[in-house]
Amino acid sequence: MKKSICLYFQVHQPNRLRLYRFFDIGKDSHYYDDFANRTILRRVAQKCYLPMNALLLELIEANKGAFKVAFSISGSVLEQFDRYAPEVIESFRKLAQTGSVEFLSETYYHSLASLASPIEFKNQVLKHKAAIEHYFGVTPKAFRNTELIYSDAIGEMVYDMGFKTMLTEGARHVLGWKSPNFLYSCAQAPSLKLLLKNSSLSDDIAFRFSDRGWSDWPLTCEKYLSWIKAAAQNDEIVNLFMDYETFGEHQKAASGIFDFMRALPEIVIKDGEFEFVTPTQAAKKHRPVGDLDVMDPISWADEERDVTAWLGNELQNDAFNKLNDQAEKLALLNDEALWSDFGHLQESDHFYYMCTKFFSDGAVHKYFNPYDTPYEAFINYMNVLSDFILRVDDAISVSDVNFAAAKAAKAPVKKAAAKKAAPKASAKKAEPKAKKPAAKKTAKK
Amino acid sequence: MRVLMFGWEFPPHIAGGLGTACYGMTKGLAYNDVDVLFVMPSASGDEDESAVKIINASDVAVDTVSATVDEFLGKVQFVHIGTNMVPYVDPSDFKTIVEEERKRQIKGFRVQYGQKYKFSGKYGANLMEEVARYAMVGATIAMQYKDQFDVIHAHDWLTYLAGIAAKQLTGKPLVVHMHATSYDRASDDQVDTRVVDLETKGMMAADKVMAVSELTRNICINRYGIDPDKVVAVHNAVDFSGREKLEVERNVKEKVVTFLGRVTYQKGPEYFIEAAAKVLKRCNNVRFVMAGSGDMLNRCIRHVARLGISDRFHFTGFLRGKEVHKMFALSDVYVMPSISEPFGISPLEAMQTNVPSIISKQSGCAEILKYALKVDFWDVDAMSDAIYGLLQYPAISQLAARCGYDEVNSIKWNDVAAKIKGIYQEVIDKN
Repeated sequence: MKKSICLYFQVHQPNRLRLYRFFDIGKDSHYYDDFANRTILRRVAQKCYLPMNALLLELIEANKGAFKVAFSISGSVLEQFDRYAPEVIESFRKLAQTGSVEFLSETYYHSLASLASPIEFKNQVLKHKAAIEHYFGVTPKAFRNTELIYSDAIGEMVYDMGFKTMLTEGARHVLGWKSPNFLYSCAQAPSLKLLLKNSSLSDDIAFRFSDRGWSDWPLTCEKYLSWIKAAAQNDEIVNLFMDYETFGEHQKAASGIFDFMRALPEIVIKDGEFEFVTPTQAAKKHRPVGDLDVMDPISWADEERDVTAWLGNELQNDAFNKLNDQAEKLALLNDEALWSDFGHLQESDHFYYMCTKFFSDGAVHKYFNPYDTPYEAFINYMNVLSDFILRVDDAISVSDVNFAAAKAAKAPVKKAAAKKAAPKASAKKAEPKAKKPAAKKTAKK
Repeated sequence: MRVLMFGWEFPPHIAGGLGTACYGMTKGLAYNDVDVLFVMPSASGDEDESAVKIINASDVAVDTVSATVDEFLGKVQFVHIGTNMVPYVDPSDFKTIVEEERKRQIKGFRVQYGQKYKFSGKYGANLMEEVARYAMVGATIAMQYKDQFDVIHAHDWLTYLAGIAAKQLTGKPLVVHMHATSYDRASDDQVDTRVVDLETKGMMAADKVMAVSELTRNICINRYGIDPDKVVAVHNAVDFSGREKLEVERNVKEKVVTFLGRVTYQKGPEYFIEAAAKVLKRCNNVRFVMAGSGDMLNRCIRHVARLGISDRFHFTGFLRGKEVHKMFALSDVYVMPSISEPFGISPLEAMQTNVPSIISKQSGCAEILKYALKVDFWDVDAMSDAIYGLLQYPAISQLAARCGYDEVNSIKWNDVAAKIKGIYQEVIDKN
């Protein structure tokens, strides 16, 4: 049996928030910096998504199905493609039609819902599944959580949703002496198979490729293959997981990253020791060598490989808790705009901007951060969230009035009903929605 | 009567309250028939000269007082070493600042000596050097205008060397004005001794010292060892002329409690946060706003997040001009919990906008305001009690708003200036 190489690329762009001041609370409920979001998306589409998709299509066709990759595309970025660069969706669709590309499942909003609420987590996974089916006509079978966040408990939730394969980080503090280059199974749900990222080999491409200070610069395909061989001498599978923006955006085209990727498949295939597989194929082909115990959540971020990049200080925790406190109230509401904002405010990036770990991974954090300091990020986010909470509370009181009015209308004393309904002029607005109470869940998708 | 006044800034380009105070004071003096020659390091030309004649120190060449300048350089040499006025720079930054300064000074001093010097008029890293140069230029100006003034008036330590020089060269009496002391600017162990030294020099050389409150007067006497007979308290006023009533539409339906000022240790922002947390436990229809910036801001943000009240406690960052007025107009209660405040003009502005105010007993304005609620800055329970009362009981908030409005409108620079004129007269007569 040939050894495997599994390539998976993450595609995501957050909805960056505009400068939202205290004075805007209660007055203006548009939260997003549309200009920045469009500009960045268009730029990355030109530099990365479009050329790289074209290259992958070419490679898949040239290698007649022997070259395979997997994508996870967040709902947030799909919305932006739809709005600002529909041609990108078209190019992904072409890749989907080759049959050599697997689309993974994740939370629609690239959120941290798995750490907050099983219900919200499930909602978002279902919403994302619907979106992938809608755009690409395929149903995702393997799961990858936001930033590869994983724990035993999350694994169990994922398995309960019907997934048999999940991707996560080969975190050293979890693996100990074990190698990431095997298939593992979830400790709490043994039928869920786990693919672990090989950090060192993934980062050689994602972070070090263009670094001229790196002793191994320049990286050639031959050299890279020899490293893969060395790493997997007695092992079975090498998982190379990275952001898709690596190609052309983080590593500029001038660094030769496209040429590297153009040459890699053929060299691997000709060599014959390895073959390319998608995550679902890998899970079928290999057998798990053992359980992986992960009590506390791990991720692919920072030296710590834990979730402290998003929930590591009091700012992040407070913002996260305040946001999740709204879920209960929202469950009573059938308001598409509110649910959409709730989702976008859950994007993990907002919490990443509030990270204060400036010393070890500051450089990476800075690159991805539109704010000068985590404090500014926090203030801005909380101002937006405060406005959002106001809207939720208003909507709740309106629906309460409707409920009372409906009840009172049935009651024999008509005067009381008129009195209760009259003072709230806005109650009328919400009435049509109240007529279809069962529509709540479908509207959210 | 004519006065030569040394200031550091003048509206419209101001960084602190000093410029505003000087503006109101000079207008009041003009009303009392006192002519003011106002010297400032860097005038831009758009200052309101209706009440004063402004002399831009950047336009004056130093060449007429050669002997004294040498003497001066000798005296003030020490301030050229390590001119670090930037608070809380870390050691590596400090080293580069000091080294750059030293190199620049060696080069700069040779070139600048005997020529015009372009002052920045800001509170920057080379502030100490500017202070020394300002003294040299001030002396020159004093000689040039020797026959056009009877008394010298210097505002805050920045201008004291200039005041002293002018006095020595012309023999005219000197009045120095303490708007703040080093002990209000930093906690005891962080006091800048070079500034303390300049302040002491100025007050010692002066014929009379004006302090903006009894609180500041006591500091002058107890901390600087100045003769009590020499120090008088002259409380500030506020000039509200030309201010339109700002109509703002409220954006939140809850009541708003505001802290507005620099977010620094001396302003007591953390007591405000603690009081906010206590109030929020009791009532829900309130939001707190901390408007301003400063070296404690990030710490305050963490503090608020740790208390878990950040959905009800908002930060606006630094506000300027109109935004400040807007913030007052949006407020229901204003709180100034300063640990040490020489005077504190902002509660007066709040009250002028009909906002009831809570001020610490450790602020100078507490001495003249009857209709502001006063608490000790450290007494978080009393502070939250006062906030809660003003929010929940309309009787007291209406009374505080109505009477506070009348009270601050009766505090006029014209009256203050009359008092200052009396002090001028006293020192001229003695001279």
